[in-house]
Amino acid sequence: MTPEQLSQIGADEAAARASAPQRLYVCMAAGCISSSSDAVKKSLEAAVAERGLKGTCPVTGVGCMGLCSRGPLVSAEPAGILYQDVSPGDAGEIVQSLSGEPVARLQCSRDLPFFKRQVGVVLENSGRIDPERLEDYVAAQGYEGLVQALTEMSPAEVIEQVSRSGLRGRGGAGYPTGLKWSTVAKAQAATKYVVCNADEGDPGAFMDRSVLESDPQRVLEGMIIAGYAVGASRGYIYVRAEYPLAITRLNVAIRQAKHHGLLGTQIANTEFAFDIELRLGAGAFVCGEETALIASIEGGRGTPRPRPPYPAQAGLYGAPTLINNVETFANIPAIIRKGGDWYAAMGTARSKGTKVFALTGKINCTGLIEVPMGMSLREIIFEVGGGVPEGRKFKAVQTGGPSGGCIPEQFLDMPVDYDSLAQAGSIMGSGGMIVMDDSSCMVDVAKYFMEFCMSESCGKCIPCRAGTAQMYDLLAKISEGRAGMGDLEMLENLCDMVKNTSLCGLGQSAPNPVLSTLRYFRDEYLAHIQEKRCPAGVCAIKQEANA
Amino acid sequence: MSKVRLATVWLDGCSGCHMSFLDMDERLLDLAGRIELVYSPLVDYKEYPENVDVVLVEGSISSEEDLHKIKKIRERSKILVSLGDCAVTGNVPAMRNAFKTGDVLRRVYVENVSVPSPTPNQVVPALLPRVCPVHEVVPVDVFVPGCPPSADTIFFTLTELVEGRRPDLTGRTRFGA
Amino acid sequence: MNPAAPDVKTLRIDGVDVSARADQTVLEAAREKGLSIPTLCHLDGLSDVGACRLCLVEVKGTSKLMPACVTRVEEGMEVTTQSDRLLKYRRMILELLFAERNHVCSVCVANGHCDLQWLGQAHGLTHVQFPYRYPKLSVDASHMRFAVDHNRCILCTRCVRVCDEVEGAHTWDVMGRGIESSVITDLQQPWGESDTCTSCGKCVQVCPTGALFEKGRARSVVKDRDFLPYLAMMREGKR
Repeated sequence: MTPEQLSQIGADEAAARASAPQRLYVCMAAGCISSSSDAVKKSLEAAVAERGLKGTCPVTGVGCMGLCSRGPLVSAEPAGILYQDVSPGDAGEIVQSLSGEPVARLQCSRDLPFFKRQVGVVLENSGRIDPERLEDYVAAQGYEGLVQALTEMSPAEVIEQVSRSGLRGRGGAGYPTGLKWSTVAKAQAATKYVVCNADEGDPGAFMDRSVLESDPQRVLEGMIIAGYAVGASRGYIYVRAEYPLAITRLNVAIRQAKHHGLLGTQIANTEFAFDIELRLGAGAFVCGEETALIASIEGGRGTPRPRPPYPAQAGLYGAPTLINNVETFANIPAIIRKGGDWYAAMGTARSKGTKVFALTGKINCTGLIEVPMGMSLREIIFEVGGGVPEGRKFKAVQTGGPSGGCIPEQFLDMPVDYDSLAQAGSIMGSGGMIVMDDSSCMVDVAKYFMEFCMSESCGKCIPCRAGTAQMYDLLAKISEGRAGMGDLEMLENLCDMVKNTSLCGLGQSAPNPVLSTLRYFRDEYLAHIQEKRCPAGVCAIKQEANA
Repeated sequence: MSKVRLATVWLDGCSGCHMSFLDMDERLLDLAGRIELVYSPLVDYKEYPENVDVVLVEGSISSEEDLHKIKKIRERSKILVSLGDCAVTGNVPAMRNAFKTGDVLRRVYVENVSVPSPTPNQVVPALLPRVCPVHEVVPVDVFVPGCPPSADTIFFTLTELVEGRRPDLTGRTRFGA
Repeated sequence: MNPAAPDVKTLRIDGVDVSARADQTVLEAAREKGLSIPTLCHLDGLSDVGACRLCLVEVKGTSKLMPACVTRVEEGMEVTTQSDRLLKYRRMILELLFAERNHVCSVCVANGHCDLQWLGQAHGLTHVQFPYRYPKLSVDASHMRFAVDHNRCILCTRCVRVCDEVEGAHTWDVMGRGIESSVITDLQQPWGESDTCTSCGKCVQVCPTGALFEKGRARSVVKDRDFLPYLAMMREGKR
């Protein structure tokens, strides 16, 4: 398709919207669907039809609106009146209210800090467009960045903008994206690949799933731009099979992009050709590690291999390969459209832009947020997230999933960026934030994450395979009140050894939850060991152990 | 110079380590001048004495009796030596750990006998659910692996201990030796 | 063939000046010089996977430990292969292996010819600090000539690689994850029913422990591994 055709689609879409003065958006992402938003959508459609408003008030399924704990969410546009906990029976009332006052009993204020404090870059279209319509995405400036890159910029200029943006890998490690792109661009090879890592697997993390379910075209656009920048003509999205809705929407998005000539040959009337294929993961957490992911795409067993060589030098099928995570690619269209400097103006000195977080656990506003880098944990948890429910006391927040750590209260005013989190003994990770209150036992938390690592270890290297199993057994022993101080020493020795000798990131970071809880909550370990007591009352300490 | 008070005990093992001990042959006479044997299955002391300087423990901890004994032994001994693979690793006795105790007893006393006899449940000590090496139950000072450790290894270990040194067994013995 | 002289690098390993071809690994360079670095998954003639972590060495300028078997030599590199820290980690790795499955040396066919056993001895391992896990594992003796005893397997995958890379049969592979991993023949069929196994016995020869052995040979003979570098060399020459 030509740039002119693209703007025509945008114009047509804008005209169509103008002809329908009112619209009802229903969240059709996995969170709200699980509380029956699909039924809500059906009854809204029926209610609209009943009142003869079909032409003037379409009911549209959109992506995630963020506040998952209040779902199903419905938004009446263009006023932007948000309704929470909507049930199918509320449909008539909502449609009725379109010509009058909003339904007060269902209304959720848009003035909540949860909405006010957010900055939408990755999620700018989330909850505002139909993820299964390319036209919606185009109307929201979609593919403008791609056309701009292909027609006005050289690959080097694209990389320059990405470098200027200061964007760092959103998958967790925070490697500078521009640097990665230029490494792959410089590699001399006839064939190169672009891979999107959508194997999100941290417990309590659903950022990538939401982006794929809410705005899949955005990820495709980011990948196509990346392909142009690094000189690749083929891309793969490695998405876990546990995300069926994301897979469906990606398939729809790829089909539509191909249909409109945005994938395939002569993209935007240029010489550039690029294609994207989906690859489904079979549910192994370790396949989020890039070398294991590559092995899995190639059809092999999903196990990591030592680096170097890095995928940028020798990746998929031995060719130079650019691997970025979903959120990283989702940032690209806006960076190209608005320029790297615009992006770099947000965030902190060494962590630019915004970051999407999934707030879960003991927090009032469970859901998905996007905030500028550098916002403090206190602001994220107590303002945006609405604090800890039932008047309980905040205890810690786990960032970075099983590879991260528990951050206690004294760090609440720390700005959230890659470096500060690392200093506090955790990591940024992919963006999961699990909030814990005083009813959580930190030994139990560490045990939970260690069990996760033990069962997700691929089994290739000995420290991770056998070390996580021994560490899990020791944590179980401590939590059951059967351990002595010698066991604690053994646990600490194992943490040190597994961290320093494991082959890949999974093993190297598996001890982190233990190390961080030991660092900040050692007294809880000691209570289990010396007093045979679980201060939070979570662990079942057997009576004979007490005797 | 007072003699070193030596004890040897036999828990769940085959007595092979004690045989190896006897295989020191005439070197036993050399040791006899330096050692007073205060307790051993090879002699007829009934009660494990107080103030033992060195105890050689053969065998793993498999029954209630082993557990009771090793705790008393640890209390009354200065240097506890795990002698042989059963004491050090659990070895053959621990091969039953992959099975439930009841299944093991059924195999031995029901399925594998030509003349059925009841599973003993009196007089003999009850089996622990899990056989373990000595150091999982009490602190151990010196480990001498081997199945059995050679007479040379045992002689080296004892002479070093008698001289007041901790024996360095690197290269002298190994698991299964 | 490229007539140009191979690129040569000079480096220091444990204070000893060593020169090596640019395509050599730290492990190769060290062993050529007679410096020993322990390995379990590495075997001359097979590809390297860097899985056992015993060959980790310290390299000046990086805080990360590097597996010598897959780390290429670099000009001016300073490598330390023996330190208190490395020795501590190596012993712990060996202990983890002994505790992982049922390695009862006294009744093992490989007693006296076992890489794991002698590495334990070489590292002064007189006992295992970690609790033994005692998993219940099987023995598959369905093959006419050979048997696999999973109790002794350390998952080094030498059998998987020799079968795939040298014999070309790929009868062996790994299934399961983490502590539940296990080597399998074909799609976990009994070895004796494998359609792909050529009964060449290479897997048995390369197995470092008593996991793979020839039937009817209690106290198995020393395994023959010299054929591997020879085969690899002959194939290189043909290319």
